[in-house]
Amino acid sequence: MATKIFAAPSPHIHGGETTRRIMGDVVLALIPALAVSCYILGLRVLLITAVSVAGCVVFEYLIQRFLLKGRTTIGDLSAVVTGVILAFNLPLGIPLWIVLIGALVAIGVGKMTFGGLGCNPFNPALTGRIFLLIAYPVQMTDWTTGVPEKMLDADTLTGSTMLADVKAGLYSVSEVDFFQMFGGHMNGSMGEIGSFALILGGLYLLWRRVITWHIPVAILGTMALFAAIVGLEQGGDIIWQMPLFHILAGGALLGAIFMATDYSTSPMTHKGMVIYGVGIGLLTMIIRLWGAYPEGMSFAIFIMNAATPLINKYCRPKRFGTK
Amino acid sequence: MNELLLTVLTLSVLGVLLAIVLYFVAQKFKVEEDPRIDEVEKMLPGANCGGCGFAGCRAMAEAMVKNDDISALYCPVGGADVMKAAAGFLGKSAPEKSPQVATMRCGGTCAKRPKVNHYDGAKSCAVVNTFYVGESACAFGCLGYGDCVDSCQFGALSLNPETGLVEVDASKCTACGACVKACPKGLIELRKKWPKDRAIYVACRSKSRGAVVMKACKAGCIGCGKCEKVCAFGAITIDSCLAYIDPDKCKLCRKCVNECPTGAIHIVNMDPLPKEPKVAKPASVAATDVATQKPASKPVVEVKAEVKAEAKAEAKAETKSDVVNKE
Amino acid sequence: MKTFPIGGIHPSDNKRWSKDKSIERMELPDEVAIPMIQHIGAPSVPVVAKGDKVLTGQLIGQAGGFVSANIHSPISGTVTAVDIFPNGQGLRRQMVVIKREGDEWMPEIDRSTELKRECTLSPSEIIAKVRDAGVVGMGGATFPTHVKLSVPDGQKAEILIINGVECEPYLTSDYRTMLERGEELLTGVEILMRALNVERGVIGVENNKPDAIAHLKELVVKGNYRGVEIMPLKTRYPQGGEKQLIAAVTGRQVAPPPALPISVGAVVCNASTAVAVYEAVQKNKPLIERVVTVTGKELKETHNFLVRFGTKLNTLLERAGGLPDGDVKVLNGGPMMGRAIVDTSAPLIKGCSGITVISGTQTPRGEEAQCIKCAKCVAACPMGLEPYLLSKLARRKMWDKAEEHNTVDCIECGCCSYTCPSFLPLLDYIRIGKQTVMGIIRARAIKK
Repeated sequence: MATKIFAAPSPHIHGGETTRRIMGDVVLALIPALAVSCYILGLRVLLITAVSVAGCVVFEYLIQRFLLKGRTTIGDLSAVVTGVILAFNLPLGIPLWIVLIGALVAIGVGKMTFGGLGCNPFNPALTGRIFLLIAYPVQMTDWTTGVPEKMLDADTLTGSTMLADVKAGLYSVSEVDFFQMFGGHMNGSMGEIGSFALILGGLYLLWRRVITWHIPVAILGTMALFAAIVGLEQGGDIIWQMPLFHILAGGALLGAIFMATDYSTSPMTHKGMVIYGVGIGLLTMIIRLWGAYPEGMSFAIFIMNAATPLINKYCRPKRFGTK
Repeated sequence: MNELLLTVLTLSVLGVLLAIVLYFVAQKFKVEEDPRIDEVEKMLPGANCGGCGFAGCRAMAEAMVKNDDISALYCPVGGADVMKAAAGFLGKSAPEKSPQVATMRCGGTCAKRPKVNHYDGAKSCAVVNTFYVGESACAFGCLGYGDCVDSCQFGALSLNPETGLVEVDASKCTACGACVKACPKGLIELRKKWPKDRAIYVACRSKSRGAVVMKACKAGCIGCGKCEKVCAFGAITIDSCLAYIDPDKCKLCRKCVNECPTGAIHIVNMDPLPKEPKVAKPASVAATDVATQKPASKPVVEVKAEVKAEAKAEAKAETKSDVVNKE
Repeated sequence: MKTFPIGGIHPSDNKRWSKDKSIERMELPDEVAIPMIQHIGAPSVPVVAKGDKVLTGQLIGQAGGFVSANIHSPISGTVTAVDIFPNGQGLRRQMVVIKREGDEWMPEIDRSTELKRECTLSPSEIIAKVRDAGVVGMGGATFPTHVKLSVPDGQKAEILIINGVECEPYLTSDYRTMLERGEELLTGVEILMRALNVERGVIGVENNKPDAIAHLKELVVKGNYRGVEIMPLKTRYPQGGEKQLIAAVTGRQVAPPPALPISVGAVVCNASTAVAVYEAVQKNKPLIERVVTVTGKELKETHNFLVRFGTKLNTLLERAGGLPDGDVKVLNGGPMMGRAIVDTSAPLIKGCSGITVISGTQTPRGEEAQCIKCAKCVAACPMGLEPYLLSKLARRKMWDKAEEHNTVDCIECGCCSYTCPSFLPLLDYIRIGKQTVMGIIRARAIKK
């Protein structure tokens, strides 16, 4: 083999980080939550996740291959991430054909119409989820179908999520068993119940530098602060329960760690990320406490996704040498 | 009923008042614009290519209306017809300019100009030009990443994957000059457009000495000067080992084409002159043998001798301006 | 531990390949080619012609202006050509070719090796000597040193910073210089401080070179070098960037262009430059040789050579066992900012601190994909720019927007391209944008 001389402008080395590795890390970080979900809810979780992932990957491949007639990029694993997160946002009893429709909307409408990975203004999984929530509200809020018997025995399970119950005034936040909640014994979408596992995944992503702390901390911090203020106004004895409840309940952790941090739909600068996170936290709490829906995470992220280009325009990084 | 009347009245009064305010504001800030600008703009091709030197057709139209003397203005895309029509409309004399066509002056195809390294950076000639010479050893040749192709609004340029060179479709070229600016090597020239898209030009820009050119590319101009000697019209000049054909003096006689030892003079839409003039036929068999059977070998020998002579002669001829050829 | 305020990356330093190889003197070349431009600024004008006899250290190229540098013959012999030849990038450069006959030096050069500490020259005399010796910044930028030392009227230097950071991966020439020529370096620092009339001289060294830090600290105490301080810095690329180093050492940030480091009272010189200054001032020795690291993972041998300029790069590579088979990239400098060399028969020049050979799978760039807006380039940019945006603007030729987003601030460190998970050639395009915008700004200034 002869020597072949290469030429290129500097730099001549690369850090080795690739899109595929980043997406792989995200999938890896989601696995603990998947495992917890499987343990509590049973193997159907795996089936739904598999259908969702397969749907996303196949739709992306088909659209790129036959509709856009370009290079296929399913190898970067971003469709897999979308698939897993979409599945995590669905209830256990959801019919599989609805899962497929969700995957089609997520990839077809949420991602490919805008030019694929990096060009989508809204988080694709979220697009799919919100579409399903509006199109199939009954199936999307049925938290009992398919759930194992032992789970239904628990006091708090009435077929609706704790957020909805609290909102409806069925019981107060101070009556909640937080230990059970932390361990995943609550109603909700498949992926959002394993708080502990989600935090674990988040720490892994931070360690791998896939995400920075700014967005999750800004979201959860804002929510906690907001909840504490509201709690204070409601009565002193639930000052710590209110923030904890709102962080652990619903999709707060899943949203803050895995969905709001989606690269293409979140701001580019750290300052922008904090503003974006605070916005999501505020909107989530406003919807949760006074809106029509019991849970506001998806909508809050969606709205702030739309604000991202504006945030990018005004939040520039600090130029070296300027005050 | 009263309330209704009152509402209608208030709104009407308000409307009238505001209309008056608007009228005065409009009067105060009125922009006088020559209506002829619109008319001239309509006559222009509307490509907004910038070939005239203005930001767009509107700016060109403005300049044509405002300036009394428009002889310096010219729309290369519309050509003489459009200029004549617009000038006639404005009652001014139209600038005369013969039509031009972009010409890519490099003949170093992949076969003739071997690659000596592998470029791995961003696929853009401008990027290559920021730090080095390109994949071949020639410092002047086409880089082949098509910055000019991207700059052409009219689809007249294309990259031929076989030769690795850019080709110009004369029928589509409007001579707007965008590619001339885009080429970091300065290879593209707007040259006179002959009838039937005929053309003749030196397809090389190398100012290196003959020996250096020969080493880097088999199709380059080595500055031997044969073409200059054979040209009856004084159209060919040699400057720093490089021949140039002045299109205004050239009569398309094509004598130089056969003289060129490296085939650096390209002709388009024309047949080359027959290699051997008919007068030579009655010569001895041996002579014709040499001429017909080994037509290539003889010139090469000559070239080598020529190159040596040139190399010596030009050893100090390279001027400082070449050295300052910045990175 | 101190470092610069924003951005930066931490590439694996790969210095282990050559860091323990002490400086060897390379045998004299039989023939040298000396380009007449080896520095930033105007090209030098050759003052010799074909057939002239020259001695080692004799002036062969006169500086072509204030921002330019003299060039001296690195060997003694006969000038065989003054002509245009391709350099390492294949670009045409005027060069003086000299064939060696023996090694006869100019008589005024002091070739003894003992340290000559004492210097009683005035600042202007020192600067004149540095200028005559053709000393330029030896970290790679090759800015003429006498220009740096000539502080403009109305401004005052307060601190001299010596760049012993060597943040480029692979390279070890400054490191070896600090270890083996520490006293000359420190004396050079003293002379530079004298030339600038400053009380404080700080040598910044990254903490991945603890032995160099310890060695220099010891020498400072032993030799009683007053006002000289060794400052360990946290290892981070591009700490060796002038503005980054000033910020790391003093905490002050140089304002955006056109402000110069002197605006915050700092003058930065490379460690090897300080040694060259010492030799120029104390020994009358012009800049004719330098320490060059020849390194690479797949090279049979790695070396730190002391080489005369004009030596063909081939001879250096041959001493390292030749280029490995397969895909290789030969770099003039380190892998982050070095230039790819395509013609290894080209001569060694003043700015070449190392020949790095990248080989195998490291050689080709990864396949370019779409930007995923991960913002890693924004976080990595040490100048607080948005590389993804600047690159896109340059690609679309939106020069006015690029100017608005401060593309001229870019120091071309390459952190953005290094971090990009989509393998986008960010810097390739930013460089185009920067050059074009700078041209536009210059044209505008001329118009006014």
